[in-house]
Amino acid sequence: MLEIKDLHANVEGKEILKGLNLKVNAGEIHAVMGPNGAGKSTLANIIAGKEEYEVTDGDILLNGDDIEELGPEERAHKGVFMSFQYPVEIPGVTVTNFMKTAINETRKAQGLEEMPAKDMLKKIREKSELLEIDRKFLSRSLNEGFSGGEKKRNEIFQMAMMEPKLAILDETDSGLDIDALRIVANGVNKLKSQDNAIIVITHYQRLLDYIVPDYVHVLYDGKIVKSGTKELALELEEKGYDWIKEEINA
Amino acid sequence: MELKEKLVSSFLAFENTVNVDAPIHDIRTQAIKIFEEKGFPTKKEEAWKYTSLNAVLKHDYSIFPKEENALEFKDVKKYFLYDLDTYKIVFIDGKYSSHLSETTHDKIDVCLMSSALTHDKYKAVIDNYFNKVARQDGLTSLNTAFSKEGAYIYIPKNKLADKPIQIIHFSTGKESAQMLQPRNLIVVEENSHVQIIERHQSLTDNPVFTNSVTEIYVDKRAHVDYYKIQNDNEQASLIDNTYIEQQAQSVASVHTFAFGGNITRNNLNFFQKGEGIDSILNGVTILEGKQHVDHNTLVHHTEPNCESHQDYKGIFDEKATGVFNGKIIVDKIAQKTNAFQSNNNILLSDKATINSKPQLEIFADDVKCSHGCTIGQLDENALFYMRSRGIGEKEARALLMYAFANNVLESVKIPQLKNRINKLIANKLGVDIGFDL
Ligand SMILES: Nc1ncnc2c1ncn2[C@@H]1O[C@H](COP(=O)(O)OP(=O)(O)O)[C@@H](O)[C@H]1O
Ligand SMILES: [Mg+2]
Repeated sequence: MLEIKDLHANVEGKEILKGLNLKVNAGEIHAVMGPNGAGKSTLANIIAGKEEYEVTDGDILLNGDDIEELGPEERAHKGVFMSFQYPVEIPGVTVTNFMKTAINETRKAQGLEEMPAKDMLKKIREKSELLEIDRKFLSRSLNEGFSGGEKKRNEIFQMAMMEPKLAILDETDSGLDIDALRIVANGVNKLKSQDNAIIVITHYQRLLDYIVPDYVHVLYDGKIVKSGTKELALELEEKGYDWIKEEINA
Repeated sequence: MELKEKLVSSFLAFENTVNVDAPIHDIRTQAIKIFEEKGFPTKKEEAWKYTSLNAVLKHDYSIFPKEENALEFKDVKKYFLYDLDTYKIVFIDGKYSSHLSETTHDKIDVCLMSSALTHDKYKAVIDNYFNKVARQDGLTSLNTAFSKEGAYIYIPKNKLADKPIQIIHFSTGKESAQMLQPRNLIVVEENSHVQIIERHQSLTDNPVFTNSVTEIYVDKRAHVDYYKIQNDNEQASLIDNTYIEQQAQSVASVHTFAFGGNITRNNLNFFQKGEGIDSILNGVTILEGKQHVDHNTLVHHTEPNCESHQDYKGIFDEKATGVFNGKIIVDKIAQKTNAFQSNNNILLSDKATINSKPQLEIFADDVKCSHGCTIGQLDENALFYMRSRGIGEKEARALLMYAFANNVLESVKIPQLKNRINKLIANKLGVDIGFDL
């Protein structure tokens, strides 16, 4: 589904990603872990198409196609979704209207008719129930005045609405208490299928108790320096990142 | 000949077309003297620092419409709010079009200034209200001197106007360049209520210069909602002088949608004359090209326990320029006044400019006054967020602009009008998505 080859990327002239490789197949869940500042969000944003990051070398292939030239909306139309580490507040646009517009614009781009209002409402109801989101919440301005946890839950609600092929969850666990974490993880697991893939970015193992990854990667200083299975996450939880740094520097 | 001289010398000719024995004629004569003395404003005046009329005044305007021009409803339907039952007072090149209008004298008067100025039936109202709240500056006096036609609306005590009223001024361009000076009088007595929608529309590429004066009296506990749609072409300039006097516990709101025109100047003045008054001034300005809009507002609080709320949103692209100059005066006895003003702007291009200047003159000590002004760009992070959800860049920009103007749009009380404004905006922004924020 996703193949990243030797990716180098700059922001404001500074090299952040320094030759990163990653391959994710349909049906898989990958966890990307790593210390603060390692470049995890940068990776997520580059896949989603944020323009302030400059790809200087390497390829990002989605189902075999190079997506470098595509704008963020075109990537979304191909099924890419990022749950933001810091969701943006948009006063004046309600959650419901945002989702209606997002879904219908995506359908238009895919050559489909707009979703009938009845179906849209039904879908909104289903997905908000899945994430235990209060109806009142949906008529509030997007993310405005939401708590950290509410923002994250709202991101996964959007994921549920958009039904992406490739979802990248950037620190979705931060700001969630344990009950909310369970709800969100349960939501993500329900959305998982053999046709889609998920990349979970986190620096705690906690989330991975609920969303169990097939592979775990350590991102450090702009590269994936170690990959393994979910046991690697446990080891990182226990020992921190220092031993990895030592291993690399040795 | 300069326009000023031409106007002054035309006054004699104008007198031949009106009854010089009417009491109003003294007012006209007085007014032309004031205009002769004061002339047109120049950039040397503080209040006109950012708006120059030079380019507008240089055309050789015809001052009186020469002939009656007709328009077919089907050709101009789109400028009407046609999906709503309304009264209509329509002018073509300054002359009343009975064909396009729908007036009434049933319980309320929705008719013509020319009748009100000449028939005895209206004399008491004219004597009481005509040219009373209007200030005697050069432009207003010029309009007063030539005042002859416009909308006359009189809602007696305890009446609810049964439907909104549209006032539409068309110019056809049959004259090479045309100056129009409509004069409107709106009197709403105690406990009465009316909604008015006003539009100036040029149908030509010839220059049109409109110097409009509207006086509105809002008696005790009365309620007036006034909506101005300014979406004219780039040859049409408008100076809109609106004067509103409010009595105790009345509510008056004016929405100004400034979406186009060459030079548009809104002189919007509220004079509060009682307690418990609420004055609402809302505006959305969306401009591109070299268009220029100048909102010059005044709210004068003269009695205790009143409120005023001003909320102006501006979006400027290309080389468009905007001015917001909001003056609030709170007299010494006007304790417990709440006066709020905010002016927020987005500049989409680095060649667009906005000058925003609040002027607070507060002489009472127990008041709540706040004013705020922001100038910014569209939030890039918000744009990326929306695009990453599949919303195209143009649509995402449009959605953000809608969101920015949304609270003003939300305060439009006529659903069909709100709908129309939304469509006008979508059109302007070149997007086709069903906004219903
Ligand atoms: N927009 C940006 N402008 C400047 N520096 C940035 C920007 N985004 C990220 N960086 C820098 O890139 C590095 C990696 O950041 P980030 O990808 O957010 O790390 P992580 O998500 O792993 O904590 C950091 O040193 C950060 O300061
Ligand atoms: Mg991060």
